[in-house]
Amino acid sequence: MNVLVCVTKTPDTTAKIGFVEQNTRFDQNGVQFIMNPYDEWYALVRALELKEAQGGKVTLISVGLADCDQVIRKGLAIGADEAVRIDMDPADSFQVASEIAAYARSGEFDLIMTGKESIESNGSEVGAMIAELMDWPFLSYASKMEMVGSTATVDLEIEGGEETVQVNTPFVISAAKGLAEQRIPNMRGIMMAKTKPLQVLPGSGAAARSSIVGYSLPKEKASVHLVDPERMDELVRLLKEEAKVL
Amino acid sequence: MVLIFAESGDGKIRKAGQEAITYGKRLAEKAGVSCTAVILGPLDHPEDAGKYGADQVVHVTGPAFDHFDAQVWARAISDVALEKQAGYVILSHSSRGKALTGRLAIRLNAACVSGANDIPDLGNGCLVSKGVYSGKAFATIRLETDVKVISVMGNALQPMTDGAPAPVQGLAWSAAEPRVKFLKSDKVEGTVPLPEAEKVVSAGRGMKGPENWGIIEELASELGATTACSRPVADSDWRPHHEHVGQTGIAIRPNLYIAIGISGAIQHLAGVNRSKVIVVINKDPEAPFFKAADYGVVGDLFEVVPRLTQAIRNMKAAG
Ligand SMILES: Cc1cc2nc3c(=O)[nH]c(=O)nc-3n(C[C@H](O)[C@H](O)[C@H](O)COP(=O)(O)OP(=O)(O)OC[C@H]3O[C@@H](n4cnc5c(N)ncnc54)[C@H](O)[C@@H]3O)c2cc1C
Ligand SMILES: Nc1ncnc2c1ncn2[C@@H]1O[C@H](COP(=O)(O)O)[C@@H](O)[C@H]1O
Repeated sequence: MNVLVCVTKTPDTTAKIGFVEQNTRFDQNGVQFIMNPYDEWYALVRALELKEAQGGKVTLISVGLADCDQVIRKGLAIGADEAVRIDMDPADSFQVASEIAAYARSGEFDLIMTGKESIESNGSEVGAMIAELMDWPFLSYASKMEMVGSTATVDLEIEGGEETVQVNTPFVISAAKGLAEQRIPNMRGIMMAKTKPLQVLPGSGAAARSSIVGYSLPKEKASVHLVDPERMDELVRLLKEEAKVL
Repeated sequence: MVLIFAESGDGKIRKAGQEAITYGKRLAEKAGVSCTAVILGPLDHPEDAGKYGADQVVHVTGPAFDHFDAQVWARAISDVALEKQAGYVILSHSSRGKALTGRLAIRLNAACVSGANDIPDLGNGCLVSKGVYSGKAFATIRLETDVKVISVMGNALQPMTDGAPAPVQGLAWSAAEPRVKFLKSDKVEGTVPLPEAEKVVSAGRGMKGPENWGIIEELASELGATTACSRPVADSDWRPHHEHVGQTGIAIRPNLYIAIGISGAIQHLAGVNRSKVIVVINKDPEAPFFKAADYGVVGDLFEVVPRLTQAIRNMKAAG
């Protein structure tokens, strides 16, 4: 089983989010970057488990500039065999998906895995786009995947429950919680990662279709209105008459 | 024109579908064009799409729509979009929508935005606002293609319900065998699924153990709310995984979110901070959640929650 795992870098989950240059650029100052949790904890680890069970190879791909190398190396330390970075600063998910699909076509992959969403863009777009570009099925928000030969039985998150489907490779799958258990890289993995191949390739030149023109922060909440714990009738009144949600 | 993929299920247009239709209607008015809802698969009263704002309905039927397969469904929607020369394709940012948006964008050579929280600004191009950084910020995105695909965040707007029934055009659609085979679905019956819920009662580790959830369920049932929980609660199997909200769970946007015995860690807030009104019940006045709350109660949840349930009962009794 040859698996291509798409990984992206995101600000740490606890990072304070701010913007510079008239709110047109993310303020990186003091921000720690990590591998997008869904890519690392679930997509990558499930890919490694498949390789351990069936043999094959796990390749990481990231579309981004050299500052992504640190998260790519972490993926190699966790156990991926090799990595590719498409050297460009993508403006939208279409550019990302175009580059990944172009690379995937040049190789022989049975499976392409993404995270269910990037915690930065909250798009859930890239996986579906790759699937359409490849003309492969897409299994979105997978919380479980059992693989027998080339047939996968997959649980998908849906509103208020889950749906179970079956599909043959090749396909694209986006990983949600449950698909695997997070792995922490060990010393040996970290040492080995340094010698694993990280190929840097130029972008193919697909143009972006959208651009971010600006950011804003949510309105500051007015300070909390505290209600006496003995007076829940007062809370109910406020919810009904002031907040108008009852 | 604006084409809206309106999700249906269990014989009706789902709430997410109703919201998408009304969103599409508002956009169509702004753009000075008409809007058509496309419905895939069995539905007794497709003309109902008119209530939520559709001018017309295309009702596509065929065996391909008994179960969801993004590849096949995207093909059907894009076929209709091309035939009608749609300039905009609107859908819900639901589990199905998330599997479709990217595929539709590719099929239609379109730019897309997923999880839009407002009607686009068409003053100078097409600008759409959506939440990014897991609810910690908003981005305004310019869509630069002729055709545009936009998925609408749940609860982003209130569906209208006073439109007239819309004329329906039937369309039989036959597709190649889907490559995804449906086996089964497991859904909680009887409650509104979390992403669609307008009221949510959520509880965390302050509950001490799963045996104490009776007071949460009682409050939820009195309010007509859906229950949710923090991540450690789901991780310890005190509650089912689909109740887990937050950065790694699901993101929700109800009108009312009541957080009980939850500290308000940033990763929890990431999934709930778009709620319209947040009520926090916690015995620790320093709990970070109070900073994100509209209303707060500092007290022992085991006393406060039953009192709140009773107060709601009293309110209902008083009419
Ligand atoms: C990468 C990452 C992703 C994460 N994703 C998520 C996520 O998606 N969702 C999520 O929820 N968490 C997530 N977490 C975990 C998060 O950081 C917190 O650990 C978690 O939210 C804490 O859950 P809690 O508030 O239930 O428990 P605690 O933090 O233990 O808080 C319990 C609260 O209950 C209060 N309490 C106790 N007894 C009572 C009482 N009798 N009456 C009233 N109040 C009482 C306490 O004062 C305390 O504030 C994530 C963490 C990481 C690192
Ligand atoms: N720049 C990128 N490089 C590689 N993979 C990416 C990139 N951006 C997004 N992805 C993948 O696509 C998934 C969904 O991202 P998004 O559609 O942006 O929410 C992520 O979890 C990654 O697996």
